[in-house]
Amino acid sequence: MIEVDNLTKRYGRTTAVDGISFVVKKGEILGFLGPNGAGKTTTMRILTCYLPPTEGTARVAGHDVFEEPLEVKRRVGYIPESPPLYPDMDVDTFLDFCAKIKGVAKAQRRARVDAAIEKCRVGDVRKTLIGRLSKGYRQRVGLAQAILNDPEVLILDEPTAGLDPKQIIETRELIKGLGGEHTIILSTHILPEVSMTCGRVVIINKGKVVAEDTPENLTHRLRGAGTLRLEVRGDMAALADALKTVPGVTAVRPHDGAGGVSVIDVEASAGADVRADLARAVVQKGHDLLGLQQVGMSLDEIFLHLTTSEPAAAVQVAPAAVEATA
Amino acid sequence: MTALRNVSALVEKEWRHYFGSPIAYVALSMWTALFGFFFWVIFKQFLLYSMQTAQQMEMGGGFKLSLNDLVISPVLRNMAVVALFILPMLTMRLFAEERRQGTMELLATAPLTDLQIVMGKFLGALALYVLMIAAGFANFAILWKYATVAPEWKPVVTGGLALLLVGGAFIALGLFLSTLTRNQIVAGILGFGLALIFWILGWLDQPMADTVTRVVAYLGVTNHIEQMMKGVVDLKDLVFYASFIAFGIFLAHQSVLSQRWRA
Repeated sequence: MIEVDNLTKRYGRTTAVDGISFVVKKGEILGFLGPNGAGKTTTMRILTCYLPPTEGTARVAGHDVFEEPLEVKRRVGYIPESPPLYPDMDVDTFLDFCAKIKGVAKAQRRARVDAAIEKCRVGDVRKTLIGRLSKGYRQRVGLAQAILNDPEVLILDEPTAGLDPKQIIETRELIKGLGGEHTIILSTHILPEVSMTCGRVVIINKGKVVAEDTPENLTHRLRGAGTLRLEVRGDMAALADALKTVPGVTAVRPHDGAGGVSVIDVEASAGADVRADLARAVVQKGHDLLGLQQVGMSLDEIFLHLTTSEPAAAVQVAPAAVEATA
Repeated sequence: MTALRNVSALVEKEWRHYFGSPIAYVALSMWTALFGFFFWVIFKQFLLYSMQTAQQMEMGGGFKLSLNDLVISPVLRNMAVVALFILPMLTMRLFAEERRQGTMELLATAPLTDLQIVMGKFLGALALYVLMIAAGFANFAILWKYATVAPEWKPVVTGGLALLLVGGAFIALGLFLSTLTRNQIVAGILGFGLALIFWILGWLDQPMADTVTRVVAYLGVTNHIEQMMKGVVDLKDLVFYASFIAFGIFLAHQSVLSQRWRA
């Protein structure tokens, strides 16, 4: 549905987007992750034909954003970071105006506006001036505007920014509900949002794609090489040495525990499953094994790692990642 | 068809903005107040003249006074100057406000062409100005009701056209200037200053001036209303205003286009 190929955007000497490529399939919700200034907004602006690309191409539903902007615009609903609203219009009037400029036929206009109002739950403020609405309502009116003409593609630039926790959950539910029939690109720097709503994640940093996978896979890739946390009762010092001799173990870090229970973090090299050997070693040394659990990297950690280290190293999210965040 | 529907949606939106805020009411009331004031002052002067002339007529001299030449045209000429003050304030927000508010992004990502956006804004402002002119012209109705010799209607119509064209030129100029900045005040000052310059250029049109000066003077926006005030519509003047307006719209369109490349 969306094909981005080697897209580059330069503003004078600064390169905001540097040769990124990705594909979004029909009905997919793609999370677009990156720190501020990574090039998310610029990419989205190119996809919505707001900005022309410097190099590369982007196609939406087979139409090039540069060659056929009107065809693309007809198929895309977009909410910029701060939803573009006219403060001196009421919600109804605003949505009616948007429906007109989006080319919704007169006969369907009323119904489409009503449907959008209902979907985004702004019915109780439809006669209120937008300037008087709270941030949460404005965000929802922005979303209603984007889905008015039932576009095939929705591009949402940080749709939950500035909302309170309840509104964030509601907005996420709404977006999730829109997936399937709509193809969605959603940018954010809030990570749980991605694991909750998106089927796939593209992480970009400094204008380049640094990782692209499902949220589960990104977490999983680290899990094999992850940290194991052991809870044991008994003398720690001797045990730590014994654990180091287990094949595959790369580091052992004992922590102080309470009530005679100690916590030991054990790191293993990628792919090696050392759980059984560790358990045996503990028992053989005459300690009680109370717990053995895998400590996976959270998406936050992956994100921090990917966006604060060299891109080359980031591609294989390897043991180094664990050390960096431990 | 689509183009027409898009432009009319944009015009309607501009009107909602003008009438949803005090802008339209303040502009209309100031305009009509000034219109009425000029009409009253000039009409009183006319009454004074006509009484003097009546006395002279009794003594065998004097001449017939024309309401068209002595009341309607002077009022319209003054209103052209009032338009120079008011219109830049109506146009300064057209693009500057959209850009500051971030709503330019809404328009630019809707299936509209840049030319439709520019035309919608131009026609929206022009339509409000037409309403202002119509409201002002209501003053003249009195002349038809009470004057013993009613004024000729033709110079009144062409005078109205002249006022519309001068204002259209100011609107096109202000529209372009509004695309240059996101600051309304900057657009307003530029619009007012440049409109004033185009007005003053006309003063250079002296019979003794050299060719270059006269060419420059030709750009004087208010000079070209004179013939129409007398009821004569000269193609030359129509071409002047049409080109002035078209050029303003062209520049505004180019400016909106180029902003995407620069932004």
